[in-house]
Amino acid sequence: MTTETPAAPAPGRKLNRLNLDVQSYRGGKSTLCAGCGHNAISERIVEAYFEMGIDPTGVIKLSGIGCSSKSPAYFLGTSHAFNAAHGRMAAVATGAVLANKQLRALGVSGDGDTSAIGAGHFVHLMRRNVPMIYIVENNGCYGLTKGQISPTADLGSTLKNGVVNDLPPMDLCALAIQLGATFVARSFSGDKKQLASLLKAAIAHRGTVLLDVISPCVTFNDHEGSTKSYAYVKEHDDPLGEILFVPYFDDIVVDYEPGTTKEVKLHDGSRVYLKKIEEGYNPQDKLAALSLLDETARKGEFATGLLYIEPDRRSFTDLLNLVDQPLSMLPEEALRPSREALEQIMERLR
Amino acid sequence: MPPEDADRDRPQDSASPAQVINDFSIQVATVNGSGSQTANLVLIRSLFQMGIPVSGKNLFPSNIAGLPTWYTIRASKHGYLGRKKEIDLLVAMNPETAKEDVLALDAGAAVIYDEPLRLQDLRSDLTFYPVPFDKLVAPVCPDAKLRRLVRNMIYDGALSKLLGIEMAEMEHALGRQLGRKARAVALNLAALKAGYDFAAASLPKRDPFCVERMNATQGKILIEANAAVAIGAMMAGVTVVTWYPITPSSTVCETLIEYMKQYRLDKESGKATFAIVQAEDELASIGMALGAGWAGARSMTATSGPGLSLMSELTGLGYYTEVPAVIIDVQRLGPSTGLPTRTAQGDILSAAVLSHGDTRHIMLIPHSAEECYELTMTAFDLAERFQTPVFVMTDLDLGMNTWVSDVFTYPDRPLDRGKRLDAETLKRLGEWGRYVDVDGDGIAYRSVPGDGMPAYFNRGSGHNTRGQYSERPDDYRNNLDRLARKFETARQWVPREAVDVDPEAEIALIAYGSSHWAVEEARDQLRDEAGVRTSYMRLRAYPFTTEVERFIDRHTRVYVVEQNRDAQMLSLLKLDLTPGQVGKLRSVLYYTGLPIDARSVTDEVLAQERA
Repeated sequence: MTTETPAAPAPGRKLNRLNLDVQSYRGGKSTLCAGCGHNAISERIVEAYFEMGIDPTGVIKLSGIGCSSKSPAYFLGTSHAFNAAHGRMAAVATGAVLANKQLRALGVSGDGDTSAIGAGHFVHLMRRNVPMIYIVENNGCYGLTKGQISPTADLGSTLKNGVVNDLPPMDLCALAIQLGATFVARSFSGDKKQLASLLKAAIAHRGTVLLDVISPCVTFNDHEGSTKSYAYVKEHDDPLGEILFVPYFDDIVVDYEPGTTKEVKLHDGSRVYLKKIEEGYNPQDKLAALSLLDETARKGEFATGLLYIEPDRRSFTDLLNLVDQPLSMLPEEALRPSREALEQIMERLR
Repeated sequence: MPPEDADRDRPQDSASPAQVINDFSIQVATVNGSGSQTANLVLIRSLFQMGIPVSGKNLFPSNIAGLPTWYTIRASKHGYLGRKKEIDLLVAMNPETAKEDVLALDAGAAVIYDEPLRLQDLRSDLTFYPVPFDKLVAPVCPDAKLRRLVRNMIYDGALSKLLGIEMAEMEHALGRQLGRKARAVALNLAALKAGYDFAAASLPKRDPFCVERMNATQGKILIEANAAVAIGAMMAGVTVVTWYPITPSSTVCETLIEYMKQYRLDKESGKATFAIVQAEDELASIGMALGAGWAGARSMTATSGPGLSLMSELTGLGYYTEVPAVIIDVQRLGPSTGLPTRTAQGDILSAAVLSHGDTRHIMLIPHSAEECYELTMTAFDLAERFQTPVFVMTDLDLGMNTWVSDVFTYPDRPLDRGKRLDAETLKRLGEWGRYVDVDGDGIAYRSVPGDGMPAYFNRGSGHNTRGQYSERPDDYRNNLDRLARKFETARQWVPREAVDVDPEAEIALIAYGSSHWAVEEARDQLRDEAGVRTSYMRLRAYPFTTEVERFIDRHTRVYVVEQNRDAQMLSLLKLDLTPGQVGKLRSVLYYTGLPIDARSVTDEVLAQERA
């Protein structure tokens, strides 16, 4: 019953800038259902970290409880991981990032884990701009407990057993933008190209990334009447335009028609290009992002792509004015004040 | 002060004209928000400066302004720092409670009161000192808006004269209390003198209580134990502090912030060697502390009962995934909201086994400010040594009241960072598994992210020795048995019980934490008043060491004294003892929300002895 077995060797021989092959970024074999959107997301994570040449031993993977939260076992097998309690990933991740701000934190959560039991921590993580990537694998239902409705299920969508959701959904992207998250994007697990670009841009960003990925549950929520089914999402996906990401270490010159492309420079020098975006859409305009989300939701559509970005706001660890060296690595000399310091404190209490 | 029981016929000796020197209690009854804190602290500090052992206990409401509050100050030449049940001097400033406060006094007590309250006709067996506060304050404080704040210094002045507290010491204490605020010092000083002069002119001394200079506080400090915890945490090298405000623990972290800003900024860059975060709730504060502990930081949180309840699930996660963190629990009274500003030892049982499934936690239980400092440092070492959440169980009486303490000594041993995997260990082990019990003590070697050692998957779900997900029955059981073995190992590492065996004693007392002060005094009362000799063991940690069994075996009857209703520590003791040993145990329980007092312990022990 031990379920972590090494994955099959990867076919490619291609190496990245750390001289690692893609196999170095894989994890154990997935135990999720065949066709689960989450598996596709795991694949994109493997590709993105490989292509960006990120050292997997400097990555920490964090998750809560649910099908989504099992997935960190299926990628980046040499990274440290913390599978926490239901809804508590954000809090645990915040603590880990405080302990060692040099680690690249990747949190994976689900819609129940984030929008229901973990909502309290989610909103504060967004406010704090904790430097990490927070992926919500959003299928509108609780898979691991067999298909109950979650708070991101759309109004009027039905469960497999015919139960109709009569409450309005939580829009995690809108919430994150309002709360001050600095990189907010939505994608679809089946859109390889868009998701890969967004993940790479997310890796280059310094601050909180919220990546809400519609990821259909093939077992409990992939039927007529569900708005998180493959068929529905494919039909109603409204991409903001093609997204292209150029990492800082690639010297590609991009030449797009002016007026149809929006370029955003990220903190590390990487660039994101939004090609053929809707006229006048500016991903650095909060109000535009919020009104787009509202308009598409009214039409029963999903706006996907990079919805909002604020590349330069100070992250939580910057605000705390932490020393350069990770707190977890500080030697005793830096941690314990001197004998004179204690004497001074005592003197004032005499 | 609310009547705590009906037993009011204590034999009186204060009716005699003989002086009672350095052995009395003062209770100041005011309305909260009226600015009496300065006056009360000046009184305590003056007595302290005169070398007299003194303690101050604030019996305050969970409110910011308008409800009754009582402050009790005890001077004791014997060094008794626990609450004294009997009030010897009452300062009645609160019209709402004055009558009830006076009626609750024992015969022979003295009352300083606001003249318009006209309390003098309520009793004929007390000494009354009327003081016209408003008339006295007006000339010394022309600004009517400030009068409320300096008015209380008048009772300090009157007490100074009546008790013989040296005015020079009062003035010095006032300067210490108010610092450089020259105008405030001048106004308060004027009020102090007005009170003194009035008492000298109009209040002939008719009670027996007075002070005389002693030499019992030389080299000592005055401190609230929450500050002692903060100093301990800083000296232990805490790096990540996550907390949520809750009475009575908030001042642990608030004081810590002040100290850390002073002593833990990098000298060259001015940057912080710590992160302190006020979290959104206690679920987050323990979650962050565990995330940080997992990633290699020395992390802590501080809370009280309701927060402890919220931390339950994640504390179990910390236990099962074996992640260090220090949890300071400043206990307050009651289930639910209870009484947030009253003290208790009511979280002992729940903290010991906090969370579902089979869990068991290490608790350290300090009895004094000094021990709060020392055991907080120990808690960080044990948390990393045992890779588990460790509790420091203090309470409101320790944490928020003013204590005379020995100065804190500089730690004499380096930080214990526990069994961390390094290149050398990895070579020695050959193959590493996160939960492999290499040394047979239940403690495995751990790596932390960023240390260059192999990674593992930290998970709260079932896992095998390599940290892999497993539902195998033998994996589960082996893991739980190893955790039990680890807890057994902790018996040899926790601070030992403090034992004072009287070879002639048939009976013994066991206590812990702040109950110590009442028990120490009760032992003297039992010996001096009833001829009952006792041995005493003060518990300092859970798990207990084997010393506990030996101690119980030496005695016929053993009274476990604690400040809760359900004999929580006695219940924990029972788990470790034989039926014969359990049969010797009896309970002395105190749970009114007021700090336990010696008289209540003495009376209860004697009642059970005579039953």
